[in-house]
Amino acid sequence: MSPGQLDLLGELESEAIHIIREASAELERPVLLFSGGKDSVVMLHLALKAFWPGPLPFPVMHVDTGHNFPEVLAYRDEVVARHRLRLLVASVQDYLDDGRLVERSDGTRNPLQTQPLLDALAEHRFDAVFGGGRRDEEKARAKERVVSLRDEFGQWDPRNQRPELWNLYNARHRPGEHVRVFPLSNWTELDVWRYVDREGIDLPGLYFAHTREVFERDGMWLAVGPYSAPRGAEAAETLTVRYRTVGDMSCTGAVQSEAATVADILIEVATTRISERGATRADDRLTEAAMEDRKKEGYF
Amino acid sequence: MSTLLRMATAGSVDDGKSTLVGRLLHDTKSVLADQMQAVERVSKEKGLGVVDLALLTDGLRAEREQGITIDVAYRYFASANRTFILADCPGHVQYTRNTVTGASTADALVLLVDARKGVLEQTRRHLAVAALLRVPHVIVAVNKMDLVGYDADIFARVAQAVTAVASELGLGHAVAIPVSALEGDNVVTRTSRAPWYDGPSLLELLEGLPAAQDAAAYAFRLPVQLTIRPQDASRDPAFRDYRGYAGQIASGVVRRGEQVVVLPLGLATTVVGIDTADGELDEAFAPMSVTLRLADEFDIARGDMIAAVESAPVPTQDLDGMVAWLHERPARVGQRVLVKHTTRSVPATIRDIAGRLDLDKMAPQATETLALNDIGRVSLRLASPVMADNYLASRRTGSFLLIDPQSGATLAAGMVRGHQAFSDEMTIIPGQFWAWEI
Ligand SMILES: Nc1nc2c(ncn2[C@@H]2O[C@H](COP(=O)(O)OP(=O)(O)O)[C@@H](O)[C@H]2O)c(=O)[nH]1
Repeated sequence: MSPGQLDLLGELESEAIHIIREASAELERPVLLFSGGKDSVVMLHLALKAFWPGPLPFPVMHVDTGHNFPEVLAYRDEVVARHRLRLLVASVQDYLDDGRLVERSDGTRNPLQTQPLLDALAEHRFDAVFGGGRRDEEKARAKERVVSLRDEFGQWDPRNQRPELWNLYNARHRPGEHVRVFPLSNWTELDVWRYVDREGIDLPGLYFAHTREVFERDGMWLAVGPYSAPRGAEAAETLTVRYRTVGDMSCTGAVQSEAATVADILIEVATTRISERGATRADDRLTEAAMEDRKKEGYF
Repeated sequence: MSTLLRMATAGSVDDGKSTLVGRLLHDTKSVLADQMQAVERVSKEKGLGVVDLALLTDGLRAEREQGITIDVAYRYFASANRTFILADCPGHVQYTRNTVTGASTADALVLLVDARKGVLEQTRRHLAVAALLRVPHVIVAVNKMDLVGYDADIFARVAQAVTAVASELGLGHAVAIPVSALEGDNVVTRTSRAPWYDGPSLLELLEGLPAAQDAAAYAFRLPVQLTIRPQDASRDPAFRDYRGYAGQIASGVVRRGEQVVVLPLGLATTVVGIDTADGELDEAFAPMSVTLRLADEFDIARGDMIAAVESAPVPTQDLDGMVAWLHERPARVGQRVLVKHTTRSVPATIRDIAGRLDLDKMAPQATETLALNDIGRVSLRLASPVMADNYLASRRTGSFLLIDPQSGATLAAGMVRGHQAFSDEMTIIPGQFWAWEI
């Protein structure tokens, strides 16, 4: 009998489950970064599958900028309760309140996440951090390994990465170092949405078309809310929008869209002409090499 | 059904690899408007008259500054029925390491040759690496055809030289295609400028390649990743006594009710269940991730292997392997290493370095050590057994890493050539590395 063949999503799923099981078996204290964003939701879905019928053998962590969309936080808490997960929150707001960090002049808090993240890793002695990063997202990520070493300062050295061969992942590290693990390395944005569709995964409502009060800044639609408001000549309007990524309210832009279902979004993503980050992340547009710089410093 | 093809690209510096990859991305509409605008802007800043598609693919800042690619980068593009994962492997002589890395997972290698230069030393090296790593399909893109006036004879000569080297190395099917990465001829769309060529474009060829079936066709093997025992779970009493062995099937097919053997224990038992989070299966095949339930309660742990009863691998503590040395610090006899084979890591000693392959002369050579980028043959003595297959038979269960136990660095990529348990049963293609006695 000739053996069967997996389709694209089947192969990506199997690879991701293999990676999650490998890292979980080889490392002592893993943690999974969970923000409620679609990549982390898909990663959690795969991790739950990897250990079924057992429980998830490690906690999840959210690095909360303090500027999150309330509906995403509600979604996060609902998922945590549903799967009886252990949730840790590393809070940027705490750092700002006690002066360990100061607000940036541009109001963007994404770059401020690195310090609380690294401190939380050290405090809990986590040696493996599962992240939802994909190599198709951005140039600097294209060379990232599936299992990627970070030094004791959380830094990534792109010039000195271990070669990664076959499906043999080398997660060995010295005390104080840790590895980042990216089970979705080989997924594209379209694959993620196709998988969300196939698996019937539910996501925060933000991803789907809704009406919202927004204003335009630097070519992006930002939500009018407690953390971002129109200045000067910027004018608020009510539009039908959705988000392609969810993050910090002050710098994550919405796109005008009528896509109200996963099926609509699949069509939109398949035909869209702007990259996810280009459309919606102000902080990545600061410089050509913005992401690379932040990754080197230990950002996810 | 959309399928996945993993491929790698290689070529010497300036043969046009970045341009070709940029062209593949661009012409399959995988480049989004803002990425394209960035490339257009940089092209203009550099004072280039045309948009340099090579800029789409060079990632890191250091490389941008030096204008060269120095590490494997992964790209994604898709056609109507296939998605491609492309390992883009930089082409300096000193980066054989990158080609080895990219080739290890590739079902197809696209090798660039400059039509004006023909087969270079570097081309031979890359073909040798493809043969060593057993990449199933090798495609040679004879590039810059626009600079030789799309001349049929020039193409024929280069194609012939490539085929000669390929067969010398035991590479079955190396196909040559005349292309111009710069102009886009025969990359995604066929060109009318080489009417003498009636073959497919590069993308058409890649779309039509049979998916690698050898993993699923070989005997069943499942390296155990972990044991799943949710016994403490007050969650669902149905699973209180559950005990399953989770892993990704490395090769072959397994069916419920089938006899299997657990290694290195060497005990036979029956598969009573093949579980996934989506439900039970009657059969499963490589490369599926599953959880097996067995009839007997043996003491099975990570690193053990569940295999077909017939032709099960014989556990061994002696490995004879080809290795690609990947680290600046050279290999030496007596060196202590960790062997990572499937899900098992065991301490080992390099007992002997039988020799290295001179990739330029394509001949074996005596040596005391192996330096960065050397390919050689070593024998290893392991502290406990591994369940290895010959790499010629199975890439998954025939490959291993050598790791420095102190620093954790990856030292070498290894391919099992044999061990005392299977001396002559493999048929070795004459001329292939694997047959070379050193
Ligand atoms: N005329 C011509 N020039 C090409 C072609 N492909 C690449 N080039 C040029 O060759 C040079 C090296 O190309 P690049 O893609 O950077 O080479 P790499 O070092 O192999 O990545 C650049 O100036 C390209 O524009 C081609 O098909 N025809």
